[in-house]
Amino acid sequence: MKILVAVKRVIDYNVQIRVKADNSGIETDNVKMSMNPPDENAVEEAIKLKTSGVVSEVVVVSIGLEKSQDTIRSAMAMGADRGILVKTDQMLDPLAVAKTLKAIVEKENPDMVLLGKQAIDYDCNQTGQMLSALLDWPQGCFVSRLGVKDQTITISREIDEGLEELEIQLPAVVTCDLRLNEPRFASLPNIMKAKKKPLDIISIDNLSVDTNSRVKYIKVEEPPVRKGGAMVADAKELIQKLKYEAKVI
Amino acid sequence: MSILVIAEHNNKSLKASTFNTIKAASEIDKDIDVLVCGFNNDDVVTAASKTEGVSKVLEVNDRVIEHQLAEQVSQLIVNLSKNYSHVLAPSTTFGKNLMPRAAAILDMSQISDISAVVSPDTFVRPIYAGNAIATVQSSDKIKFITVRPTSFESVEPSGGNASIEKISYNLNDVKTKFVKRQESETERPELGNAKIIISGGRGLESAENFKLLNEIADKLNAAIGASRAAVDAGYIGNEYQVGQTGKMVAPELYIAVGISGAIQHLAGMKESKIIVAINKDEEAPIFGIADYGLKADLFEALPEISKELDLLNDIAK
Repeated sequence: MKILVAVKRVIDYNVQIRVKADNSGIETDNVKMSMNPPDENAVEEAIKLKTSGVVSEVVVVSIGLEKSQDTIRSAMAMGADRGILVKTDQMLDPLAVAKTLKAIVEKENPDMVLLGKQAIDYDCNQTGQMLSALLDWPQGCFVSRLGVKDQTITISREIDEGLEELEIQLPAVVTCDLRLNEPRFASLPNIMKAKKKPLDIISIDNLSVDTNSRVKYIKVEEPPVRKGGAMVADAKELIQKLKYEAKVI
Repeated sequence: MSILVIAEHNNKSLKASTFNTIKAASEIDKDIDVLVCGFNNDDVVTAASKTEGVSKVLEVNDRVIEHQLAEQVSQLIVNLSKNYSHVLAPSTTFGKNLMPRAAAILDMSQISDISAVVSPDTFVRPIYAGNAIATVQSSDKIKFITVRPTSFESVEPSGGNASIEKISYNLNDVKTKFVKRQESETERPELGNAKIIISGGRGLESAENFKLLNEIADKLNAAIGASRAAVDAGYIGNEYQVGQTGKMVAPELYIAVGISGAIQHLAGMKESKIIVAINKDEEAPIFGIADYGLKADLFEALPEISKELDLLNDIAK
């Protein structure tokens, strides 16, 4: 069995982001970038399946700038076998990302595609669902448990009401929740080894996919600032203020 | 222009998120139809037909679609969509799961989690966990949109008089089989639309201690919430998680107990009207956005708060 994992390079989750002064977007120059956190869970799950013998090959794909190679190398340092970078300078809508991934799936023929459920930059939560639609494959989204048996997977997915369990026939697309597993740290020897693993770079122009943007970001602004910081002395003052000042209890 | 709203429900009643989504739809256009698909869902269909602002309810009542799998509901949406300029669903795990699938089949993009309507093609949405607010414009023929429920008021569940139409459909077989659902049974208000929420974090230290919140929740008729750290530590189930990857909430009163205030948590609750933070670490970022901060050991503060609430109730009597 072969797994394709899609990973995205995003601003590191610990960085306090800054809106550009001209309101055209978010400042990314000289900002620490990392792999999108739930994508790390996707990589980890694929590697675990390989270690358990269910999966024979884990291929990692990323779409973006030349520098997204770093993100692919991180995934290979965790244990992925090889990488593919689809190079583009354009910011793509999730639909265009899904179309690009579909083109890669058609070249690679994986049994399963794993992705993070959401990228923490634009918070769209669309790509996995769109990819499975374009492939006409079933989908398992927001997955916190994944079991594989022959050509069927059993998943638990996190829903607002609790958990839902589904049985899905492969091939399928699975989007991963942060609770699926605990991503490993890459060891130094593995980081060195990852540098020698194969990484193909393809220009997006060679895939003949329609990447025209249909959603235009007109402006990006700072959110309204919330004024906080007032303190109360004790429980009594707190309850009195909630009752007679804020009038919320 | 006309709008199709996908109703979120459990075959018994409409979820509150559906009323917020209809409100968002009404800010785009007044011609609003609602799709209710499920099984044994007569009560839901009736409720939708009485909802303020709904012109027509499209009904599918079939055992096959009882569990509303994304692969099925998206087929229905695709078949119906040619009649509509916009398709809206709540930005809950229900809407997030199925809307991108339907959009992609039709070669349409999606605008996720809108917090305001600027015009029929322009919308506001939070990005980067709400640390930036984007205004986006769609050039798609059919606009697929998910709606952040807490950003829109609720339409009235009564006063409407919509027609009901059983639609014809032909569902292809799907390769996904529903096995089961585990839902938490609670008498408390739903987290997504509670007026008061009391949330616990890692400061509670254990699943057993987490139950300390119950007493106060009972006295305030509050919903219980949790930070990701508390859920990850196994103190409480994932359905209680508030934050960027959990639920977005905006109650009248949000009480954060033993929660430090990671960006990911603040993203889910900073729209609350009044925020209370109880934490023993005065450097905790949560205090920066709290209207009332109480620096205290929560194991001492919680019983005191409970006692003060009793005193208030005694006065009220």
